[in-house]
Amino acid sequence: MTPDGSILAGEGLHKTYGRTTALDGADFSVHPGEVVAVMGPSGSGKSTLLHCLAGIVRPDSGSVRYDGRELTTLPDAERSALRRTDFGFVFQFGQLVPELTCLENVALPLRLNGTKRKIAEATAREWLARLEADDIHGKRPGEISGGQGQRVAVARALAGRPRVLFADEPTGALDSLNGERVLTLLTDAARDTSAAVVLVTHEPRVAAYSDREITVRDGRVRESLAGL
Amino acid sequence: MSIGHTLLGLLESGPRHGYDLKRAFDEHFGQDRPLHYGQVYSTMSRLLKNGLVEVDGIEAGAGPERKRYAITDAGVTDVAQWLRRPEKPEPYLHSTLYTKVVLALMTGRDAAELLDTQRAEHLRLMRGLTERKRQGDLADQLICDHALFHLEADLRWLELTAARLDKLARAVRG
Amino acid sequence: MTTLHAARSTGSRSGRPPHGSPGGPAAWLRDLAMGARFAVTGGREGWFRTALSAIGVGIGVAVLLLACSAPTVLDAWHGREKARENLGQMHEPRASDRTVRYAQADTTFHGEPVRGRLVRPDGAHPPVPPGIAHLPGPGEMVVSPALRALLAAPDSAPLRARLDYKVVGTIGDSGLLGPQELTFVAWLDDRSAGEAYRISRFGKIFDPQPPSARLVLLTVLACVVLLMPVVVFIGTAVRFGGDRREARLAALRLVGADIPTTRRIAAGEAVVGAALGLAAGLLIFLAGRQAVGAVTLWGVNVFPADVVPSPGLAALVAVLVPAASVLVTLFAQRAVTAEPLGVVRNRPVRRRRLGWRLALPLTGLALLLSSAWAPQAPDGWFPVVRLALGAALLLLGVTALLPWLVEAVVARLRGGPVAWQLTVRRLQLDSGAAHRAVSGITVAVAGALALHMVFTTYQAGYAQAYEESASRPVIQLSGSTASWGQARDALTTLRRTSGVTWAHGTVRAPAGREGDRGTRDADGYRSVQTAMVTVGDCAELRRKARIGSCRDGDVFVAKDRGGRATDPAFVRPGVRLNLNPPEGYEETGPPRPWTVPDTARRVQTVRHPGEDLPGDVLATPGALPTGRLQAPTTELLVGYDKARESDAVERIRTVAFRVNPGLRELSAVDNPHDRQYDGLRTALFLGSVIVLLLIGAGLIVSTVEQLRERRRLLSVLDAFGTRRATMGWSLLWQTAIPVALGLALAVTAGLGLGAVLLTLSGAEVHLDGAVIAGVAGSAGGVVLLVTLLSLPPLWRMMRPDGLRTE
Repeated sequence: MTPDGSILAGEGLHKTYGRTTALDGADFSVHPGEVVAVMGPSGSGKSTLLHCLAGIVRPDSGSVRYDGRELTTLPDAERSALRRTDFGFVFQFGQLVPELTCLENVALPLRLNGTKRKIAEATAREWLARLEADDIHGKRPGEISGGQGQRVAVARALAGRPRVLFADEPTGALDSLNGERVLTLLTDAARDTSAAVVLVTHEPRVAAYSDREITVRDGRVRESLAGL
Repeated sequence: MSIGHTLLGLLESGPRHGYDLKRAFDEHFGQDRPLHYGQVYSTMSRLLKNGLVEVDGIEAGAGPERKRYAITDAGVTDVAQWLRRPEKPEPYLHSTLYTKVVLALMTGRDAAELLDTQRAEHLRLMRGLTERKRQGDLADQLICDHALFHLEADLRWLELTAARLDKLARAVRG
Repeated sequence: MTTLHAARSTGSRSGRPPHGSPGGPAAWLRDLAMGARFAVTGGREGWFRTALSAIGVGIGVAVLLLACSAPTVLDAWHGREKARENLGQMHEPRASDRTVRYAQADTTFHGEPVRGRLVRPDGAHPPVPPGIAHLPGPGEMVVSPALRALLAAPDSAPLRARLDYKVVGTIGDSGLLGPQELTFVAWLDDRSAGEAYRISRFGKIFDPQPPSARLVLLTVLACVVLLMPVVVFIGTAVRFGGDRREARLAALRLVGADIPTTRRIAAGEAVVGAALGLAAGLLIFLAGRQAVGAVTLWGVNVFPADVVPSPGLAALVAVLVPAASVLVTLFAQRAVTAEPLGVVRNRPVRRRRLGWRLALPLTGLALLLSSAWAPQAPDGWFPVVRLALGAALLLLGVTALLPWLVEAVVARLRGGPVAWQLTVRRLQLDSGAAHRAVSGITVAVAGALALHMVFTTYQAGYAQAYEESASRPVIQLSGSTASWGQARDALTTLRRTSGVTWAHGTVRAPAGREGDRGTRDADGYRSVQTAMVTVGDCAELRRKARIGSCRDGDVFVAKDRGGRATDPAFVRPGVRLNLNPPEGYEETGPPRPWTVPDTARRVQTVRHPGEDLPGDVLATPGALPTGRLQAPTTELLVGYDKARESDAVERIRTVAFRVNPGLRELSAVDNPHDRQYDGLRTALFLGSVIVLLLIGAGLIVSTVEQLRERRRLLSVLDAFGTRRATMGWSLLWQTAIPVALGLALAVTAGLGLGAVLLTLSGAEVHLDGAVIAGVAGSAGGVVLLVTLLSLPPLWRMMRPDGLRTE
């Protein structure tokens, strides 16, 4: 576990919510183009680790370094800006804005970055095609299936060309065939763009799409050295 | 599963007579297949030969042999290595893994680490299968999926066991 | 969670599946009761929603109760006015122990009208008006509490000098129209003897004139315009927090309630809200009633005790408000299906149709216009109903048109920044909640604007009239007089008064032809042709005609029509006149002959606009002593200069009153409508703002509920790095777009309705930009307020907690 050459690394992360300790000295690092699965039982702190690494949540102590910058001391606005420009996100469900069309949903992060609408939507169109979802541009999230919705979400996460893609149970709500297809598309696209992927999952079959996995247990990371 | 490693592990908590060994084995691991006394004797002879155990003493008297065995340093190292070595994922792995976990708990070793190591091994295999699936044809995909489902089931068991380690430890030591 | 629990516990108690069983009366009651419980349970927020509904409905109910009190108020008001007044009896009674001589002595102080009455009993047992124990004696008066207070005020010195009587008593409430009324009853002395008439009792007897059709129409319209927003507002208030309730009904469906059951539960909840609203309304009404005494509107000021809702109408309110709230709730449910797994709105699929929505206001407009073009409306219910219906339809149409307008406009919105896009798309998907909340604003503002426009225009009319009269700084006084000497003394005193620049006046009386007995009409009223005799010194007569040289003792005869005489041959030098013409119901006594001297010169008269006619015969006091005249009257004209004396008007009034309390002021130098108008404007404005604030509160509730529903999405957007400002703007637009559209519609409809009403009453249309701007501004303020208050919850929901999967 050497952070050398890593694009994102967390060290000694602690985070408590009220009385519950979510993270208790967790370490983590990921290299550009690497897909790391974060596994562990529910409640082990996987999601909290992701939130800390992505700068969504500020850890109580410890450091998160992204591309040479310390995230934990960055003001909220700058962390938000970083999430807009450098990170991408896919969640399990409920992430698409129900009022916007699929195309607009994919274009949303680009537009948040200040990209012109036309350009953003053209890019969004390409990504939807790449994720085999080019027939649902004008539809709203309520009118499409879960698999399609997840493709839209992945397209949205990748459209901004993030350097780190955070995926929290991205296939949790999908059947295995759809889930595997989405995972294949996601990891292929991420590798093509050399984006690092932090893939939070409790499913071994999902974790199998990673290059490496770590396990979070009781707020600590157990990185298995086997197979190295 | 390795009876030798198991008996060695049982000796780690202290020297025992052959008969005691059999009883301890049956109690913890012999649910479906109790050990023959002959198996204990032949295993012990092999271990004696390899220097992994030594005879601690012989009780005088008639009847069956009353040799008391003790584990040697080499024996302890051997158990440790065995425990640490992930099993090659294969069907009906549970009994071996279970034995390992119980022994680890009995000998005060880190059973969680053992399980994690095994998980990593399983995942390594799954990763390989997944990769093959991505590149292979439909037949490949189906074959790989079959294997993947088995591995996944094992992993679930590992996960469950890991979650119940504390309980198991209490039962084993209890 | 509470809902599920509640539903289960009910089920277990009855020992069978709680819902879906055929609804007997017991099931009905059970469902209604469950709904009722939902209205009052549900934690702090549940209470807040219920309280908000109750206050909203309560305000509406209070207004309705006030409207229901109008008949009682007017009855009480008119009743007291009738009981204390006597405008003169057809046959004046003979003087007796039980008669009193009575005269009016109204005056004005700093724009406030003061009602004055003078009495002098003929005997020991005179009639006494209500509220007074004993009639005042010589030099005494009894006053209303408000006048007593005014007299005691520091800057009331001119009034104290004017009402130079000893205050010996206070008039009780039964003798007053309202607590603020300024009135006095004083001793009638010789100064006003000429004004007095004899009466034998108090209590006005006359056949009430049927109100003019136009007045009825305007009153009905005002009622409709005032009450429609209240009705719509109640409808809106009942549905505050409706989304949450629908979600709860969905949860009930999940545990097995069927659709009729959920409807009954919703109805039960609505009834409780309405009942709380009725209670709140009663409280607000009772509290507001205490303030009524302090308010004077169009000269109407009443006692709080007068404001009692007429029982029938109040009962109607008590029944209709809960019934309407249930109907509104059920109607709202029609478009919404609470399915077990959530609320399905059957809306986005269907586009709103313009047809019937446009037909409503257009029908209303057509009805109004047909009233305007119809020949002078005859009495009867048809025109009244037509107008009321027209106005109601127009206002209702606004409510109906709003959803279509919001949908149509929003559907055409494109592009824009992300915040704008988020809002527009959201409104495109479902604008229901948005326009529901705003429709209340729309009708209220439209109604307020229409009313306001009508009053503004009337006000402009008054203002113009007063401006004309005020452009001539002249006070005109007229009344009976004892003699030319009294008039001359008055002129002398007035000329000495500070601020007075000039004063003129003559004494006049009618004269008949000698021997003319006239004719009696069917009523027994005798009328006779008369000429007007004007008496004054040479200086005064010179103002009335080109008389050339003049000495006391001269008489002049008008060459042209200087007075009332229609027959030019009637008045000529040498003719014999009767100075006591036999006019009226009663016998007038013996004739008083007087001969116009042969030497009288024929002269050209001079007419002054706004003043009385010069007269047919102009005589100097030396030629015709005023003592010989029958019922001589005087007209005094007083010029003043406020620059010299700011309080000149009050000084003139005081002098005039002291000369003769019965002198009436005919000019209108100060405009009492200004203050009333300001008060009305303030009231309308305040009302609009209160309605806006309440609706703003409703908007906050629905916004926060909507945010909570979208908590997860908001967290995701935050994870993306969405700026808080972006979400804030989106929230702002979400309120601003419907409110702006609603206001645009309201202003259009309000001004349209106002214009129609004005056209109906034949007035010129007049706009008050300040009020429109004010209403628009306060609506903008409410939008900002709603947004600001929704921001903290928004930011709270944007925290990553929402990302955690449970």
